[in-house]
Amino acid sequence: MADLLQNLILGFSVALTLQNLMYCFLGVFLGTMIGVLPGIGPLATMAMLLPLTMSLPPISALIMLAGIYYGSDYGGSTTAILVNLPGEGSSVVTLLDGHPMAKQGRAGAALSIAAIGSFFAGCVGTLLIALVGPPLAYVALSFNSPEYFALMVMALVCASVIGTGSLLKSLAMVVVGLLVGIVGTDVSSGKMRFGFGIPELSDGVGIAVVAMGVFGMTEIIRNLAGAHMTQTISTAKIQGLMPRWVDLKASFGPMVRGSAIGAVFGPLPGLGGTASAFTSYLLEKKLAKDPSRFGKGAIEGVAGPESANNACAQTTFVPMLTLGVPGSASMALMLGAMIMHGITPGPQVMTSRPDLFWGLIASMWIGNGMLLVLNLPLIGIWVRLLQVPYRLLFPIIMTMMGIGIYSLNNSGTDVLLMSFFGFVGYILVKLGCSFPPLILAMVLGPLLEENLRRSMLLSDGDPTVFFTRPISGGFMAATVVLLLFFTLPALRKKRPLDDPEKAPGQP
Amino acid sequence: MRLKIRNPQDFWCGLFFVALGVLAMYLSRDYAMGTALNMGPGYFPTWLGGIMIGFGVLIGGLALKREADEDQAENIREWAFRPWLVLPATLAIFALLMDADAGFVPSLLVLIAGCALAHKDVRWRETILLSVGVTAGAVAIFYYGLGMPFDLFWWSK
Repeated sequence: MADLLQNLILGFSVALTLQNLMYCFLGVFLGTMIGVLPGIGPLATMAMLLPLTMSLPPISALIMLAGIYYGSDYGGSTTAILVNLPGEGSSVVTLLDGHPMAKQGRAGAALSIAAIGSFFAGCVGTLLIALVGPPLAYVALSFNSPEYFALMVMALVCASVIGTGSLLKSLAMVVVGLLVGIVGTDVSSGKMRFGFGIPELSDGVGIAVVAMGVFGMTEIIRNLAGAHMTQTISTAKIQGLMPRWVDLKASFGPMVRGSAIGAVFGPLPGLGGTASAFTSYLLEKKLAKDPSRFGKGAIEGVAGPESANNACAQTTFVPMLTLGVPGSASMALMLGAMIMHGITPGPQVMTSRPDLFWGLIASMWIGNGMLLVLNLPLIGIWVRLLQVPYRLLFPIIMTMMGIGIYSLNNSGTDVLLMSFFGFVGYILVKLGCSFPPLILAMVLGPLLEENLRRSMLLSDGDPTVFFTRPISGGFMAATVVLLLFFTLPALRKKRPLDDPEKAPGQP
Repeated sequence: MRLKIRNPQDFWCGLFFVALGVLAMYLSRDYAMGTALNMGPGYFPTWLGGIMIGFGVLIGGLALKREADEDQAENIREWAFRPWLVLPATLAIFALLMDADAGFVPSLLVLIAGCALAHKDVRWRETILLSVGVTAGAVAIFYYGLGMPFDLFWWSK
């Protein structure tokens, strides 16, 4: 306990420096701003703003990137409540009751409860990371290559099982991602692979380049196809931002339960915010005295899922920070940023860079507080932003993407690659494929190959090593059970967890 | 039995993956395979290529058996050709202009004007105003604000 306190003090001493506070604020602010734009989820927002963080010192960069991540998550719910349009997968649930509330003139209450729920859940999540992180990292120190290999296989399978769309296609996209991850110089032989004679590829394809191509560009192309070029937003004046006591009292239970659900779902690979938000919504509906209110503006239907989503957003950091294995595409991007800053991810981060680990955690708590304080007064600006016609908005987004990617290495090659991935990405969208498994696989690819190679050396080339060692065997067994669970019903009919709203391309 | 493509989306998807797998195996042909105990640089990509082909065949094969649902059929039919071709091309031109040292300002003007061509109702006045405005904003933020090392024009070296 004394350790925890000491660590948190260290963390706050890092996060509370003027510089880091500023970058935390900048991340939260920019993240919310981009996240508010319909159709741009946290992943695309992070990819778009990643270049801005490259010139910062590692701690500040990660703090800012984390701020962008939960800022854009929150921005998505603002859009969902005001416009009947989810910015990303998880706000599909917020929309169910949030938008009816806005129509009844209670947008203010919905927005403030969403913010308070998010803040509450953020606190719970942060505390949980601080508690669970160190023992988990301690266990992970005993992991060897087979354990890591099995863990990564499990993360990849989970991510494809629980995404949207066809399971087979998602698994295939994992393989595509692994292939993209191969591009570059092979660490053990020094041989250039899949280079196509382009010298810039020797360091591999940048994750921001791919993410922006497949999320940013394909999203714009899809929007331009005419589906929702024009949108109506509730122009009614937003009032009553200070929540009433009745609303707070009604929301307290859902917030606690939602946070618990999110905190449990978060660290599990693949189970993103959408799944936890749905679970919380269904639970609240079941517990309610009058379930028929749900879908017509029940405040519990906003408070629960929003808390679940944010707690989940917080605790997904656990496997990334303590094991060095990201469980979702957004965390893969975080991990990519860490590697770009020269930090080797893994359980040793906590002991070798305690300032980084605890500073990041403390900053998340501060950032969540900022979201609460800042966003309520800023909602007016977000509403304005939503009123800008898409026709004027998308060239600005394209410009930011172009400049951002160019400035990564000051080279046009990266921009060319991004446009290539956007071009091919649209074909894949049309073929019904989704991208989060690809991004995750692309980052894990080199690690997966390296650990496979080491495991084989360790076991004299015996592939059963993954099943005979207890921990890796456990991961493998869990993977197989999961696959069977989802394929057996799929062979008969459709997959059970298919979202009612489909949001291809978004986690 | 006559084979019929019941699900065009899945069929083409399968074909795409098969092609990708073949490409991966073809590209890996020169990399040393090694053995499971001592993997060469070609081991992992070759296997992945093979797995990719397997998935492609499976997905494409199922497309001959199972009907497409309504969404899938519609999704593959409506192809947004114009933005799909114009946007990547515009970005590519932007990249080439930047690499050719044409300067930040001209490259940006081309990029934004090119974007406007991506949708159906092109409004010239609006496009010109937008290009100038966004370029000015980008120069202010990225060049003066963040001090990024761009040349503004081709003569300002």
